[in-house]
Amino acid sequence: MSETTAPEPHVHDSLKPVVAVHDRPSWELLSTCVHCGLCLNHCPTYKLLGNEMDSPRGRIYQMLQVNEGRMPLGDTFVTHIDRCLGCVACEIACPSGVKYGRIVERARAQIEQGYKRPFIQRTLRNFFYNRVIPNFDTLRFVAGTMRFYQRSGLQTLVRKSGLLKLMGVADLDRLSPQIDREFFFGEIGKVFPAVGEKRGTVAFVAGCINNVAFSHLNRATLNVLTQNGIEVHIPQGQGCCGALHAHAGLRDEARELARHNINIFLGGSYDAFVTNAAGCGSNMKEYDDLLENDPAYLSRAKEFTAKMKDVTEYLAGIGLRTPKRKIGQKVAYQDPCHLANAQRIRTQPRELLTAIGCELVELPHSDQCCGSAGVYNVAQNELSMKILEKKMEDVTSVSYDMLATANVGCMIQLRAGMEQHGLKTPVKHVIELLDEAYASS
Amino acid sequence: MDSSILRQLKKIAGKDAVLDRPEELMLYEYDAGVDKHRPGAVVFAQNTQQVSQIMRLASEKKIPVVPRGAGTGLSGGAIARREAIVLSLARMNKILEIDVPNQRAVVEPGVVNLELSNATVKHGYYYAPDPSSQKACTIGGNVAENSGGPHTLALGVTVNHVTGLEVVLPDGKVIELGGKAQDSTGLDLTGFFVGSEGTMGVVTRITVKLTKLPEHVATLLAIYNTVEDAANTVVAITQSGVTPAALEMLDGWMVRCVEANVHAGYPEDAAAVLLIELEGMREVVEEQAKAVSEVCLQQKAREVRHAKDEKQRQLLWLGRKTAFGSVGRVSPSYYTQDGVIPRTKVPYTLAEIERISKKYNLIIGNVFHAGDGNLHPLILFDSRDPKQTENSRKAAKEIMACCLKFGGSITGEHGVGLEKMGLMTAMFTEDDLEVMVRLRNAFNPESILNPQKMIPDLHFCREITGPLPKARIEPVEGVQA
Repeated sequence: MSETTAPEPHVHDSLKPVVAVHDRPSWELLSTCVHCGLCLNHCPTYKLLGNEMDSPRGRIYQMLQVNEGRMPLGDTFVTHIDRCLGCVACEIACPSGVKYGRIVERARAQIEQGYKRPFIQRTLRNFFYNRVIPNFDTLRFVAGTMRFYQRSGLQTLVRKSGLLKLMGVADLDRLSPQIDREFFFGEIGKVFPAVGEKRGTVAFVAGCINNVAFSHLNRATLNVLTQNGIEVHIPQGQGCCGALHAHAGLRDEARELARHNINIFLGGSYDAFVTNAAGCGSNMKEYDDLLENDPAYLSRAKEFTAKMKDVTEYLAGIGLRTPKRKIGQKVAYQDPCHLANAQRIRTQPRELLTAIGCELVELPHSDQCCGSAGVYNVAQNELSMKILEKKMEDVTSVSYDMLATANVGCMIQLRAGMEQHGLKTPVKHVIELLDEAYASS
Repeated sequence: MDSSILRQLKKIAGKDAVLDRPEELMLYEYDAGVDKHRPGAVVFAQNTQQVSQIMRLASEKKIPVVPRGAGTGLSGGAIARREAIVLSLARMNKILEIDVPNQRAVVEPGVVNLELSNATVKHGYYYAPDPSSQKACTIGGNVAENSGGPHTLALGVTVNHVTGLEVVLPDGKVIELGGKAQDSTGLDLTGFFVGSEGTMGVVTRITVKLTKLPEHVATLLAIYNTVEDAANTVVAITQSGVTPAALEMLDGWMVRCVEANVHAGYPEDAAAVLLIELEGMREVVEEQAKAVSEVCLQQKAREVRHAKDEKQRQLLWLGRKTAFGSVGRVSPSYYTQDGVIPRTKVPYTLAEIERISKKYNLIIGNVFHAGDGNLHPLILFDSRDPKQTENSRKAAKEIMACCLKFGGSITGEHGVGLEKMGLMTAMFTEDDLEVMVRLRNAFNPESILNPQKMIPDLHFCREITGPLPKARIEPVEGVQA
């Protein structure tokens, strides 16, 4: 089970695990669940479907049955594990400290290693996880093609034609991110000096999709950090963090990416590693869990996770400088699950919003998942849209000028929700609002 | 389950409202307790009419039906004993009416306990019974088990807060019991139904009282170097004429277990702590808090802490409310006991539990509603070890025997269900039980609803002298490993 040799890290054209590790949730992890059921009403899929099979307690029970050979590693099991958003709201509700996030990732790895998905699903997953996101050249190409579709007028034409509705993919089209005119790849490798007195040095995690669809957010992050006296390095050679791989059960691939990033980021001298994506951050804070059986990397993984910070967490920690201007607007804040539940970061984004003069409006159930959940809104589109519909009931129940969140996946999903409801309320990242507050007029 | 019955169930409730595949049914073989049995089918009812049709069908075909809410019960009330239909009411989860001027709410059985309070708090009201599972358990389940909670010392248990019920009888007949009024005319069947553990009828609509939020709340934590001093304080407080809203006790082992989990601020070297809450008008509460504090110190409390604000108060309660789950962090399995003793007997009973713990070499943690003498010893064991599992059951039985010896009862709030049925004969005479059977037969003559639960059949109870039935994990037919 344990890996004994440290493989030479490098990013492959196509990710192939160097060391095969057979993952499955261990009895020790599973048995912390005492099936009390306190998680049920915190689980978005249980609330929606009302089935024990789609509850955290039920999923853990199914994993136990599979491990004990009472239930096959088959379609039913895969269906219910696939339906989990991985929002880990259940971890917050759990009195026994069940590490559900870690458990479900292992169960997904067990599925990947022991269950054959239908051909089309397999091919698409392989293309996306192994070809597109870990390889920035392919990502650039795919994004370029999408940009052409979106900006050449083709998308407008296709949307108007009703073809998407006919094909049943109108929701998916709405959920695809708007590709940037200018990608962020060119900034990787650069150093951005602190403005005024230097207060710290950080390494910025540029992400994968962010480079092609949220480069303005990345630039905003650079601006806010430097304006606050932080020197920002964007280490050359960094790659995808592997969050989507880990969530999809591709743990060996995720390990490979983790080792690579550990080498790159520990290669420099930084106070912290900073990301603006909650999903990436929560995954990178768990590199030590991912590499628990890799003695060659475990201690370095721990060193890495100790420095990993969400940008809101880091900024609230050092304290903001007085902004250039106040954002005098009423702002509601939706907690990203991977920030609030997985990283327990709830107060910091709110503190930052208040510090730049926003009037904070509390959304009811702001800590409940919007249904975005990485690629969930594409892979489980129907359920995701129902969860979004519930979220929109809360989103529309209070009045404010702007909806803020702190993760791009949530932004895309919430914008789709606003569009569906014919609402013009802007949905922004906390960092974008900070950027406005620090912009030179 | 017979395929024609499954077809009819699907016709009544809809295709996606019936589960019949083994790998789905396995998920309904457990609740939060220890017993496990796989049902023959699960059906999710969405309204009263469907419940009525399902019951009529079941009665015709003589198939047992077991109602189920969230499955957070601890006595096996929602576990199907035979090839039964589990009737899930989880999807009947609407709050139908909030009538603030009359202080009533009308809810469907699947409404989660805490969600009712969340919905009424903006009007200045809440639903008082607060079982520790309140964020997940359903009000329907609370009605079946007559659930209590820490705050039922002053305010009473579920039966004191339910004024009306709509019930479907086993033959499908729908009856109305009580209503919004405080007192029902004729026999108080509402009171009779609450706590009947799903053996008389299926509750499909519940009218509950809403309680005004107190003007002021004071929460105290009294810390002790010996369990005896804490136990004596409980008696002394009640003798002083103050009835706290809640009076909870955790022993030293539980304190350390809770602290390792949630850091509620309980001192880890304490032998016992009392969590005391007083509520009402500000002046009265402040005076009472002072008086209670003095009583604690007279009874050799080493320190009495007052929660300064709502945050501190919530933190102190977090420790108590997550106590059971915290045990899950240190033990793969535990067996929750629910016994009642006169509060004057607390020190003797705890000594006895200590002896039982040593005898079977099992850790037993104690957390309980000290005010009403409702004990919850938690017996830790590893379910993979058959000897330990067996011993945990033996220890449980001895604890229950001890409660009875001291003039108490075998259940305070978790119900008899499957788990404690064998002990009913130790608590009641054959004549007592016969009256219960006659009452049940008036509503559920053929034992269609929740059979072999709560009240042992008379010929059956004569046979019960041996050990309690064992939890079994049975192989599932139709599923290939």
